[in-house]
Amino acid sequence: MTALLSVRDLSVARGGLRVLEGVTFDLQPGRALILRGPNGLGKTTLLRCLAGLQPVVSGRIGMPAESHAYAGHADGLKPALTVAENLRFWAQVFGGGAVDAALDRMNLRALAARPAHMLSAGQKRRLGLARLLVTGRALWLLDEPTVSLDSASVALFADVLRSHLGQGGGAVIATHIDLGLPEAEELDLSPFRAIPGRPADKPAGFNEAFA
Amino acid sequence: MIALLIRDLRLAVRAGGGFGLALAFFLITCTLVPFGVGPEGGTLSRIAPGILWVGALLSCLLSLDRIFALDHEDGSLDLLATSPLPLEGVVAIKALAHWLVTGLPLALAAPIFGLLLHLPGPAYVTLVLSLLIGTPALSMLGAFGAAVTVGLRRGGLLLSLLVLPLYIPTLIFGAEAVRRSAAAAETTTPLVLLAAITLFTLALVPFAAAAALRVNLR
Repeated sequence: MTALLSVRDLSVARGGLRVLEGVTFDLQPGRALILRGPNGLGKTTLLRCLAGLQPVVSGRIGMPAESHAYAGHADGLKPALTVAENLRFWAQVFGGGAVDAALDRMNLRALAARPAHMLSAGQKRRLGLARLLVTGRALWLLDEPTVSLDSASVALFADVLRSHLGQGGGAVIATHIDLGLPEAEELDLSPFRAIPGRPADKPAGFNEAFA
Repeated sequence: MIALLIRDLRLAVRAGGGFGLALAFFLITCTLVPFGVGPEGGTLSRIAPGILWVGALLSCLLSLDRIFALDHEDGSLDLLATSPLPLEGVVAIKALAHWLVTGLPLALAAPIFGLLLHLPGPAYVTLVLSLLIGTPALSMLGAFGAAVTVGLRRGGLLLSLLVLPLYIPTLIFGAEAVRRSAAAAETTTPLVLLAAITLFTLALVPFAAAAALRVNLR
């Protein structure tokens, strides 16, 4: 079975300073990996590197091409568009997922015609997560997906996540709360914290090289 | 790609989208000039080509910072960058959407504003033609400026300072074409050069702007 994601000896930097070094893990289809660690450790940076939004300092990320969907702190919603229009846009961008099914799964059916600026924070987040369903991507990279969700919505999301894993998908999730996914593996990133002052074989970036 | 274009156009015409603002600004500029230089027809018709082009340029500038700033604020830009769309294509589509809501209406409405400025009769066709040829370059260069300043707080002013110098060639040849046509002279040379500038920016700027976006998304 080929891994959805294999990370080897990865170092990532934020603002020219290394935050994590030597991160190594594999993610098999059907599994979820929960990233743990205190604030500022580099969980978001790691996820942005995995999503390809940021270059890595060293190490290797292996994943099939075009297989991941990223969900960050912001939901990427347009306030002037309705819930269904927002979702339909992302479905078209990613090549046509089932919008209606996603609305039903995230319990947004009743809000479908509502402009996104009328939604509460938790409803916006549910819409942001529904976007993952319409991408049709196998690997979900989630940065604190449960922020501003109530406990019922967290359980709903855990269900959605479980069925995604059941279909052979995978997820890497940075979170501080208990998602109710006992089968997920946990990775504590604290041991990978970069040690300042240790000589590196390669500078972390422009800022560090010219400091 | 088409979905992105439709979304941007839809956002522009919905509440708060700013469709028509550029046009209204153009109208105000063109009505202010006669108040400033006096209503004397001879003076006005001599400076009309320059005023019309400078007005069109400033109107285009108004909405440039919205090209990427809004998408950056609400996180859509991150998501677009991780989507199957190439970032160069995203830049090109967003510049096209900007042109469709500012440049195209400006070019089509320009004859009315020409009337306000006593633009001589034969110049109207050239005015519309030169704006149609020249304004895509304004939107594309603006998209580059917007990509460089995306993420900066109060980037609007910096954006203007970056972009306005890049607009100079388009302004020179655009206004020159209209001026020549007002004097009933040959207009092919400035129009061809104007088209060359536009094609040059259309070919190169998407790549430069996408590179700038990638740096700013880090």
